[in-house]
Amino acid sequence: MISTKERLQIARQAMPEQSASLRQLNFNEVNLGLTEKLALLEAQRCLDCKDPKCMAGCPVLVDIPRFILKLAEGDVAGAARSMLSDNALPAITGRVCPQETQCEIVCVRAKKGDPVAIGYLERFVADWARGQSGLGLGDRAPASGRKVAVIGSGPAGLTAAGELVKFGHEVTVYEALHKPGGVLVYGIPEFRLPKKIVVEEVERLRQAGVKIECNVVIGRAYTLPELRARFDAVFIANGAGLPVFMNVPGENLKGVYSANEYLTRVNLMAAYRFPRSDTPVLSGKRVAVVGGGNVAMDAVRTARRLGAERAVIVYRRGKAELPARAEEIHHAENEGIEFEFLVAPIEVLGDEKKWVRGLRCQRMQLGEPDASGRRRPVPVPGSEFVVDCNTVIVAIGARANPLLTATCPELKLNKWGNIEVDPNGMTNLPGVFAGGDIVRGAATVILAMGDGKTAARAIDRYLKQS
Amino acid sequence: MHEIIAKARLSPNVTRIEARAPRIAEIRQPGQFVIVHRAEEAERIPLTIADGDPARGTISLVIQAVGKSTRELVALEPGQFIQSIAGPLGRPTDLISSGKALCVGGGVGTAVIHPIAQGLRRAGASVVSIIGGRAREWVIFEEELRRLGEVIVCTDDGSYGRKGFVTDAARDCLAVGGIDVVYAVGPVPMMRAVAALTRPLKVRTIVSLNPVMVDGTGMCGGCRVGVGEEVKFACVDGPEFDGHAVDFELLMDRLSTYRAQEQEANTCSESGCRIGLG
Repeated sequence: MISTKERLQIARQAMPEQSASLRQLNFNEVNLGLTEKLALLEAQRCLDCKDPKCMAGCPVLVDIPRFILKLAEGDVAGAARSMLSDNALPAITGRVCPQETQCEIVCVRAKKGDPVAIGYLERFVADWARGQSGLGLGDRAPASGRKVAVIGSGPAGLTAAGELVKFGHEVTVYEALHKPGGVLVYGIPEFRLPKKIVVEEVERLRQAGVKIECNVVIGRAYTLPELRARFDAVFIANGAGLPVFMNVPGENLKGVYSANEYLTRVNLMAAYRFPRSDTPVLSGKRVAVVGGGNVAMDAVRTARRLGAERAVIVYRRGKAELPARAEEIHHAENEGIEFEFLVAPIEVLGDEKKWVRGLRCQRMQLGEPDASGRRRPVPVPGSEFVVDCNTVIVAIGARANPLLTATCPELKLNKWGNIEVDPNGMTNLPGVFAGGDIVRGAATVILAMGDGKTAARAIDRYLKQS
Repeated sequence: MHEIIAKARLSPNVTRIEARAPRIAEIRQPGQFVIVHRAEEAERIPLTIADGDPARGTISLVIQAVGKSTRELVALEPGQFIQSIAGPLGRPTDLISSGKALCVGGGVGTAVIHPIAQGLRRAGASVVSIIGGRAREWVIFEEELRRLGEVIVCTDDGSYGRKGFVTDAARDCLAVGGIDVVYAVGPVPMMRAVAALTRPLKVRTIVSLNPVMVDGTGMCGGCRVGVGEEVKFACVDGPEFDGHAVDFELLMDRLSTYRAQEQEANTCSESGCRIGLG
């Protein structure tokens, strides 16, 4: 046993990564993962607090000190079992969670220095577990004979499915696209989350008995009332699949994409390998991405990898307000991504053949705080200028896709079209639950997973009562 | 996996394939489409459902082989499989249930007109179809449409039926009067020309649009089209729209987005090149 004093003396380990100059030329994962030696050292930085704050910072309530303690003892298998009993998709969350605003920000060590690298450790343990066949989802309840339909195979749907089979229910997941994973396969790029990991996690769920039916668009192939008739409960987790455009002139010019389309072409359809794969994407030499979230960072770094000489983020607020994960911003900066802060687009400019030739913008300054508490950007008069570009990618958010909800008018929605739920994730219709972005609007993978977990427990209780 | 049950060549570059898709065959309605994803590396291609047989559990797709993806699709033989077919997608056709409809089909668009004409007859309307092609061998679905009402065939070279464009025949029909609604599906210039004919006559005209599409569920917005003052997504708001409000110029322009890449894919597949194989 090492003393607290010794623990305090260990500095936070850095994540080994592909060099910025190299990784701009490929789609391989940027972060390489801690070595076992580094992981054990990092695990020893955890002080095993009597009153650990980190767990409360986690939307799926992973027992963080428990797995880190096992790891610090060198018991990687124990750490993995501990992790997997709390979180069905740790190799994914270890890569895409904004740890700096969740578990790590409340780590006691963050008060005087760097927090324990909980995300790196989660990833290390999860990746170790990927190589082990015996690690399933943990204990299973006997078969209940009850059937649950899950709509959408993104993070909320997969998490709920994993929990529900553990409770002994028969689960069928319906996915609209031809591959399971939702945003994990169409949205998040390979360099941040290798598709192989999603495939493995999905396979683990299939092994546990989850049925996944792809190419089934609920709302068209089956309506929600039809599903309710065939299943004992339904969990709607179809995401925020409706791109928001800027509503400025020139947005239909050739070379303007929604981030959804751009990323779907590259990730799901493998357009980065065109013409070996059949789906093309315009790989502009000068690309402007509008927005400041993770999706914007994914799009701009993808553009860089597709050969953009200039790839620039256009964001209407300042650097401090960027909603993206800190690591993504840092990686983007290292990769030579430019940032135009406090800038808002007012028109996409086209050439005589209607191809994008620039993005006319105006500078902004921060005014009074708005409803979100963030200072509202207001235009600076006379500050117009043109960002030279031939591709514009709009990454300013996504709204609720009405395809499904339109088939069930009695389902209660809010004014933005998101489904309203109670604290257990149940909608106004008995036995119909919802979670993830269809409820929250565009949020994060881990919040969606948290919803999936909450809803699965509530569904289990509902099924036992009904 | 969807087995190809039958395949027939309808014209020099148009092929009809019948594929197993029981659920879609059971519930599909006129005007709806599917997204076909032939294999792992293939494109997702939107195709209107030309016919369906719930008893056999099959749907018919009519494909014009114009590029690599469509050529590879029509190269599949009965007994082979399409990896995935998602659907039915899009809104069903707004059908009239009495009165007289004029259905105008150009080229492969005639295959889209067929289920619309079927639906109209079922709903109780009468149907006159005007269909056309470059020459006799390019005319498709004539027999099927004859079962549903009068058919006027036009060929550009006069080798069969009336010489001239479908729009010429449509003009004459409209001049006679008695047409309550026009459904026009075919190449964009044809639909635009039909809409231009009917606009001054104030005859409601519905067109089916075929913009570039990826997911078909409203997620990507690639299929956005201008309709009146609004931007609509053809996959979920359409694919059929009021022909008098559609911005056909925008549609045509956006359809040309990937022309260079289409040529590259064609050249590559023909020469067996290994670009990108590293």
